[in-house]
Amino acid sequence: MARIGVFVCWCGSNIAKTVDVEQVAAEAGTIPGVVHSADYKYMCSQPGQAMLREAIAEHRLDRVVVAACSPRLHEATFRNCIAAAGLNPFMAEIANIREHCSWVHGDRAVATPKALDLTRMAVARSRRNEALVQTEIPLTKRALVVGGGIAGIQAALDIAEAGYQVTLVERTPSIGGRMAQYDKTFPTLDCAACILTPKMVECASNPNIRIVTHAEVESVSGFVGNFEVTVRRRARSVDLEKCTGCGICYEKCPVKVPSEFDGGLGMRKAIYVPFPQAVPNVPVIDREHCTYYLRGKCRLCEKFCTIGAVRFDETDEVFTEKFGAIVTATGFDVWDQSAAGEYGAGQYPDVISGLQFERLANASGPTAGKILRPSDHTEPKTVVFVACVGSRDPAHGHPYCSKVCCMYTAKHALLLKEKVPDAKAYIFYMDIRANGKGYEEFVQRVVERYDATYVRGRVSRIYSLDGHLVVQGADTLLGKQVEVHADMVVLATAMEPRADAKDVARRLGLSTDQDNWFTEAHPKLRPVEVLTAGIYLAGACHYPKDIPDTVAQASGAAAKVVDLFAKPHLLSEPMIAFVDDATCAACLLCKEVCPFTAIEAAEITDMATRKPRTVARVNSGLCHGCGTCVAACRSASILLRGFSDDQILLQIESLAQAHGL
Amino acid sequence: MADTRLTVQQTAKERVAAQTAWEPLIVAFLCNWCSYAGADLAGSSRMSYPPNVRVVRVPCSGRVNPLFIMSCFKKGFDGVLVAGCHPGDCHYVKGNYYARRRMPLAQELLEYMGVEPGRIRFDWVSAAESGRFAQVVQSLTEQVRALGPFAVNKVHI
Repeated sequence: MARIGVFVCWCGSNIAKTVDVEQVAAEAGTIPGVVHSADYKYMCSQPGQAMLREAIAEHRLDRVVVAACSPRLHEATFRNCIAAAGLNPFMAEIANIREHCSWVHGDRAVATPKALDLTRMAVARSRRNEALVQTEIPLTKRALVVGGGIAGIQAALDIAEAGYQVTLVERTPSIGGRMAQYDKTFPTLDCAACILTPKMVECASNPNIRIVTHAEVESVSGFVGNFEVTVRRRARSVDLEKCTGCGICYEKCPVKVPSEFDGGLGMRKAIYVPFPQAVPNVPVIDREHCTYYLRGKCRLCEKFCTIGAVRFDETDEVFTEKFGAIVTATGFDVWDQSAAGEYGAGQYPDVISGLQFERLANASGPTAGKILRPSDHTEPKTVVFVACVGSRDPAHGHPYCSKVCCMYTAKHALLLKEKVPDAKAYIFYMDIRANGKGYEEFVQRVVERYDATYVRGRVSRIYSLDGHLVVQGADTLLGKQVEVHADMVVLATAMEPRADAKDVARRLGLSTDQDNWFTEAHPKLRPVEVLTAGIYLAGACHYPKDIPDTVAQASGAAAKVVDLFAKPHLLSEPMIAFVDDATCAACLLCKEVCPFTAIEAAEITDMATRKPRTVARVNSGLCHGCGTCVAACRSASILLRGFSDDQILLQIESLAQAHGL
Repeated sequence: MADTRLTVQQTAKERVAAQTAWEPLIVAFLCNWCSYAGADLAGSSRMSYPPNVRVVRVPCSGRVNPLFIMSCFKKGFDGVLVAGCHPGDCHYVKGNYYARRRMPLAQELLEYMGVEPGRIRFDWVSAAESGRFAQVVQSLTEQVRALGPFAVNKVHI
């Protein structure tokens, strides 16, 4: 027989004012199994807790019900309290008679019986409380960072600085990501490379960081602290160890291909280093364009490489490693502006994207930093910038604001004026969203000191006329149609999730929102976590972000990883599902409905027949304890500890009894 | 083990006689993360709603086995509320979607057995929607009051 103690809290007058706590305590004392009941002004206070602990010893209580405030507030307090008195912490049960009773009802005659009902229900439930044990789960203190842009770099550096091993996996041949493509950064006009490349070099030289470039994560299994990750490192065809980065190979390579890094405005070779400051500074052979791979001859690079670093026979390498935590920093894509046909993108070479403008303005870009029209390499004197191209535009699939375009467009107008002093910038915009430190001031400076003309309105059409681009649009402030004859047009195209975001999400066990951005665990309070424990988000794979926000989130994600690794081991979540093998028929409906892929089929030897049989098995590391499987189980073979069918039905029954039903 | 079998139970009740004093008694299954927290917030915001609801906390609306609802009516409660996170907000990603599919089925099955659909409410209440929680309780209580006491002996549970 259970020996239950009931403790009714006054909460000062918060409960006692509308609930006759003494009566509740007295009546609770008559419930079968309740061997002690008491009331006290503040149960959560030190004397209140001391009273509880003493009562446990004095009355040899084996379970405790505290009728007080919401369990969301003090469940943990009372669990710790009874643990200190030698009981299993999960033997504490809370009846919420404050938030759900005294605070919402003014009438004592109504609130008191309701409080007693709630207490009875908690007592009934507590009869089936089990002593739950949190088991220790081993923890691999090594982190995987997926994506080597500024988010991944920052997260890797922070984790490595804390003393833990990090593997940084990057898809392209070099780390650096989008930020490496930028010229200057708003609003301070720091050169992007000047602030990024030291961090890239730091990554390469930090003994705790292992950089794996030209590689992708193929699959992730396991759970927090114990992920098994398979990575495919694509053949680079150049020996990473041997190569000195002298560059003779790409000097001699005869094949020219539009450079992805320069947004197609410049050319690269078939053997190439994506950009001069690449880390690692080792070329890669693009097998789709290399003459040797296409036609079986050439090998000029190999011939000229004095140290024999070119390896045409290299194959992909696939390796599997254990990691304790994963930071996802896979970044974003830029919307292909040629889909916006009305702007002539893809049709007229002088209609370019913001990212292409970055490359034009950059000293290591295709024009060595001169602003020149792609069509005839002349300096444009009138440039139209169009903001919100694809963003805030449900028709083009991006209902959201891309957040950075207002700022980089202002920056582009400034760079244009600095590089071509007699040029004139027109900016068509919907709203100017300059909400960051120093951002509004920056935009004002561009308007006032750099003579940028902001036109509030949309551009309806861009067409070519006598070597000019005619930009037709509306000025909604003047209420007039406007037309600008421009030499060049720069479109601030939307940021969008990586084309394979869904696939990556599936591999990493993330969820995506309606636009395919990765979903955080809570939009306000858990912005760097995802619902799968041990996986974190950093940067623009989550939602459009500028560099400061990206770096902040990356450091946040790193802090979460370090927080996880600082523990000696993990404790399992005790309130999870458990399958009764004896009655499980292995229909595996539970597996179908589990949101966390925590249920798998397992082979057991049947106790009665001694023959092998399949049953469902819950992975305690993955189960979050939602109970969806329990409600789906047709043979009631799954038990959710802490929220069993028994407990819930007993609550219902006790309430019915109290009302004579 | 509590009595979980759905057998034909003919417990005649005296409550109808005491119609004047009758107040509906409603069991509410609230998910821990949204609706239970929304009910908590209704308390901390000192809102006021009818005292007819008794809350059973569940981790997720997806935890609510239709059996619980049937069990409530079998015992003779007058109404049942199941509330969970809004679509897309489930703490467990998609438990509430399962609830959204199960509850109308349970409701239809119970209607077939003779339980008026108006006695069952499935709704979304977020952790911030204290007012919505109070309003759901208010309207369900009125609705169930209008339906009158639930006579378990008249239905085929």
